[in-house]
Amino acid sequence: MTTVAPALARHNRRIEIGRRIQQQGALVALALLLVFAATRYDNFLGQNITDMLVGDVKFGLIALGMTLVIMTGGIDLSVGSVVFLGAVVAAQLGDSGLPASFGGAVGAGALIGVVNAVLITRVGLQPFVATLATLLFTRGLSLSLAGGAPASTSGGSGFRDAQAAGVPVSVLLLVLLFLIGAAVVRYTAFGRHVLAVGGNEDASRLMGLPVDRTKAIVYVLSGVLAGLAGAVYAGQNASVATSTGQGYELVAIAAVVVGGTLLTGGVGSVLASLVGVLLLQLILNLINFENAKGTIAIGAEWAEVVQGVFLLLVVLLQVLLIGRRGRAT
Amino acid sequence: MSTPTRDLGSSGAQASSVASPAPAPGSDPGAGSRPGNRLTELRRTSPWVLLQRYGALVALVLLLIYNAADTANFTLENFVNTPLRQAAPVAIVAIGMALVIGTGGIDLSVGSVMAISAQVGVILLLAGVPALAAMALAIVIGALCGAFNGALVARFRIQPIIATLVLFIGGRGVAKVLSSLAEDKPSGALLNFKDDTFSILGLSKLRFFQPGGGVFAIPVQVLVLVVVAVVVAFVVRKTSYGRYLLATGGNERASRLSGIPVGRVKVLAYVTCSGLAALTGLMMAGNNSASNPATLGLNMELDAIAAVAVAGTPLTGGRITIWGTVVGAVMLQLLRYTLISHGSPQQVAQMIQGLVIVAALCIQRPGRSR
Repeated sequence: MTTVAPALARHNRRIEIGRRIQQQGALVALALLLVFAATRYDNFLGQNITDMLVGDVKFGLIALGMTLVIMTGGIDLSVGSVVFLGAVVAAQLGDSGLPASFGGAVGAGALIGVVNAVLITRVGLQPFVATLATLLFTRGLSLSLAGGAPASTSGGSGFRDAQAAGVPVSVLLLVLLFLIGAAVVRYTAFGRHVLAVGGNEDASRLMGLPVDRTKAIVYVLSGVLAGLAGAVYAGQNASVATSTGQGYELVAIAAVVVGGTLLTGGVGSVLASLVGVLLLQLILNLINFENAKGTIAIGAEWAEVVQGVFLLLVVLLQVLLIGRRGRAT
Repeated sequence: MSTPTRDLGSSGAQASSVASPAPAPGSDPGAGSRPGNRLTELRRTSPWVLLQRYGALVALVLLLIYNAADTANFTLENFVNTPLRQAAPVAIVAIGMALVIGTGGIDLSVGSVMAISAQVGVILLLAGVPALAAMALAIVIGALCGAFNGALVARFRIQPIIATLVLFIGGRGVAKVLSSLAEDKPSGALLNFKDDTFSILGLSKLRFFQPGGGVFAIPVQVLVLVVVAVVVAFVVRKTSYGRYLLATGGNERASRLSGIPVGRVKVLAYVTCSGLAALTGLMMAGNNSASNPATLGLNMELDAIAAVAVAGTPLTGGRITIWGTVVGAVMLQLLRYTLISHGSPQQVAQMIQGLVIVAALCIQRPGRSR
């Protein structure tokens, strides 16, 4: 026993260091890339950063909801369609003012979230297929509402240009919601329940935790946030194209993974997912700058390739850092 | 309709008996192993269980009857040449998806793989490579994509959903960039071609002369679907690979301990899935005599997974039905066709598809106790 102890301690310390890097790696990478970009390109700071953040808001909002869902060990594929639904509803209520359009979009998102929650907790369907079905249904519903054509947003411009202390309101909203989300996970009973359910659902149930209620709440929250993302989208753009939101769910999942949250549930960090979103979008921004500088000449098509390679590197790195035995299946 | 019914029945019973060493929560107590007892067994099973097992088939038959009675010009030839032909690509991809899901995995990259292989095939064709060689190489490239997915899942133990997300995102970009390899084309450009051999997987038909005179045309895509389904169903049911596959999905650790080469089994499933996706990509290019890297195969993963799920396959692995998957894909497509030919808009058809999938999942969910 005594001879084993030092080796064990060393082993544990190595695992601990690996965990740290895995959890903070995205933040470190983001910081390094930002410093690199700020020194290399002239117009990187200022308006460019603002524009980039404004574009990140919709992905950030759904990534926040997705993080909570994934922490419980589930998944929500319907968020992309719900963003579309929220955007269409917000566009159609645009004439009735900002509160009405945001309220309508959030309400519509909440409705789909409730449907997901019922299908998963009451009916007992697997999250993947249940939310796949609502993805298809919601896209059809939104297209029907929009009459199969792009919806124009009349009341959006006021929201797009609104700023507080020089920062766009949508960005402030995103940051505020992420801070609230992180605080909820860390300091409230609900947050502990989320992680407990994802860590071991059966044990949580036996301990008397409200497993179904916890799961239901995260799916409703995910729907609400996706609806809100739709309202933001409608507020930022002149029209809502019929392809809006397609594939957003996978962007959000990628961001969560890059942030270091494991898809098996039970662990994860809300703020890290925000870092994941920023990192994935920053890469696209850097490609634009390199193109402008003339060192490389690659089209927007390469952005997807680079994002894919980046995701691959992150995932491989995580496997190396956590080690194979550390991953539950 | 009698032949597919029998095939589906045996496939369902066989699949659950194969998976029996592993804990299969959805398997019915009455699912026996001796094929001679199948009819008596069917008679003893309660109608509710039958509906659970053959719900997609029941829906398909009801849709066929409804169309035969109510849709103008709905004949067997019409069915084979329109809804069945439209369903064939989804069904072929869904068969590959079913194999991957059987191992307990999932493949999100099928749409991107379709685009990559169609691009590779068309570029080689435009560069002067003979059509058949270009098609073969395209399928090989597709299979390599599957090897990549399989390696990430089996060798690096990355969760399938993330592992295939890499190629889902990156692969679409690769497909677009490939366009620049064609002469005088920028990245992302649509590639047109004109070659009858290359388009054979497209809308071409085989014509059979009927004994009473007249011609019965069967689309090549439907024939390919039948061949693929027969071969894969045979492999799953009759070969040791099929048993290994279901055992791996049923209980991976037990399979590993009993000496099944779990890693190789998984890689082969992903390679087959991508290879079939590549074949389908060539079909899509053939349909349009063009390959559009931005849209070819878009959302195919969702349609394929939906078809597998409607067939009552649990996404946890260990239990699949090939003919059931084909029935699921055809049923969903026929549903859409029926709605649209009766004047409902595309988007309403999509909503109803979503509702039908939910209904199917609700009927098929295993037991209420828990």
